[in-house]
Amino acid sequence: MLEDHAKIAALINQTGGISGRKKLQKAVYIFQRLGYPFEQIFHFHFNGPYSEELSIQLEELCDFGFLIEDREDHNEEEETCYYRISEAGQGFLTHYKNVLPTACRLTQQIMNQNALFLESVAILLYFDHLPRIKAVEKARTLNKETVGDNLEHALAFIDKIRLLQSIELSISQ
Amino acid sequence: MLARSFQKLNEEKVFKDPVHRYIHVRDRLIWDLIGTPEFQRLRRIRQLGTTFLTFHGAEHSRFGHSLGVYEIARRVIDIFKYRNHWDDSETMIALCAALLHDVGHGPFSHSFEKVFGTNHEEYTQKIILGDTEIHRLLEEQGEGFAGKVADVIGKTYPNRLVVSLISSQIDADRMDYLLRDAYFTGVSYGHFDMERIWRVMRTQDDQIVFKLSGMHAVEDYIMSRYQMYWQVYFHPVTRSAEVILTQILHRAKVLFHEGFRFKYAPFPLIKIFKGEMALKDYLKLDESVILYFFQAWQEEKDPILSDLCCRFMNRRLFKYVEFTPSLIESKDQLAGAFRDAGIDPDYYLEVDSSSNSPYDLYRPGEEGERQPIQLLMPDGTLHELSQESDVVGSITGMRRTDVKLYYPKDRVFELSEHASCREQIQKILGI
Repeated sequence: MLEDHAKIAALINQTGGISGRKKLQKAVYIFQRLGYPFEQIFHFHFNGPYSEELSIQLEELCDFGFLIEDREDHNEEEETCYYRISEAGQGFLTHYKNVLPTACRLTQQIMNQNALFLESVAILLYFDHLPRIKAVEKARTLNKETVGDNLEHALAFIDKIRLLQSIELSISQ
Repeated sequence: MLARSFQKLNEEKVFKDPVHRYIHVRDRLIWDLIGTPEFQRLRRIRQLGTTFLTFHGAEHSRFGHSLGVYEIARRVIDIFKYRNHWDDSETMIALCAALLHDVGHGPFSHSFEKVFGTNHEEYTQKIILGDTEIHRLLEEQGEGFAGKVADVIGKTYPNRLVVSLISSQIDADRMDYLLRDAYFTGVSYGHFDMERIWRVMRTQDDQIVFKLSGMHAVEDYIMSRYQMYWQVYFHPVTRSAEVILTQILHRAKVLFHEGFRFKYAPFPLIKIFKGEMALKDYLKLDESVILYFFQAWQEEKDPILSDLCCRFMNRRLFKYVEFTPSLIESKDQLAGAFRDAGIDPDYYLEVDSSSNSPYDLYRPGEEGERQPIQLLMPDGTLHELSQESDVVGSITGMRRTDVKLYYPKDRVFELSEHASCREQIQKILGI
């Protein structure tokens, strides 16, 4: 009953808040690819993997009053939504203990990055069934504006978080 | 000599269609693709899953819808070609993608995917790229042709205009399903002037835009979409049937893993229960197979499986209450009362939200994630639709989520031997 919602709330709670829907989308996709139990279906959109389901679940969490959404206007056309857990959300999470593993270092590593960088990481992970060189080529063709200089760093970051994940997994076992 | 793909048929073939009147096929490749077993399988998969239990006319198949999307793509491409806005070398790729965009759908896909973790889009890719008749036909047109078609459907094709034709806020897929679903469900909303929309479509860089003069036709489309989502796609009764269907599949899977001896063993499903379903096994599944088992399992000894199947086959669906945050506080109590009354809450108590639906509402760009609908102004600039249209502006960004708790009301009211449980359940649910 609302386990998928609880996982999103738990992630936001673990990180103390998330700035921007894009960052949340990409982070959840990356966690999912690392084997975290996020069940949302992602499709490739203009900025890489995106889940409609996740977007609606986020809205539902706000509607329930479990998340607080603060909008920050940057200029006339751009605004960022900041999400943090509410008191009611804390109460909600008491019904869903251990819904997400608490991999502190990994979560911290991912959530410390900005949305644009996570976008590059997510795009590369989306194509990781291809040989690396092909994946990079594909990412460059599809997302020229964003991925540019980020790709090398993104590839190194993927190796790093995979290593971190295997360490955290072996510790938890 | 022309490649086989670009061969024209000696004589145009047509399919009579209730939405488009006729679907015209002039290319040998399209005709051959329609004839493949993988495509014919779509005749046995309903377009709207369990909606036929709410709107009895909704028995139409993904076969008809796929033909419809192909036909819309074909006509729009003709318009673009006439305006010299189209690279003709992309035509067959786009038409094949339009025709095949749903070929990976399984029986009652949505529930099926939830229980077994499959993804119809991945199967679409596998069918196009794997060992299938469709793949063979596509690759006969040249090495890599199948890959290009798969990329368009997967939205990873470099030419975004081609992708937009099949997948964007106003695309061939959505235009067909709105009109087709409205026609077959018999609802009066869902209609819009598609030909008018085609006439005001223009290309700008790599996207499809709409002339300002056609704004009202686009508004009509958006409103149709809005109405159809809330009146048809998110219909609470359809969702109840979907909940039961999901629980049947879930129960059958659990029983299989517990070593239950089925009276009617689900041989076609065993591989998917084990999580090792190969493409050739997946292609053998359709809704006739699933419904056969639902019919047969009414006689199984497991009371949960047989009851859920009886409910689905005889339309004895779950009732619902609006799910509020306060219900979360009582969720353990509620589950406990169900358990005490001998009703397994894992199968008979389910929250369903609109996020569980495969349909998306129109929302303008989510930080660039989706391309919003752009109007082409007389001065050549582009303005986002909701900025110009009061009608669309009024529904844009308006949150409307819908979360319901489904339960078997009949079972609850039958609890004469568990009066205290019944009272507790009634009190928590407010019924």
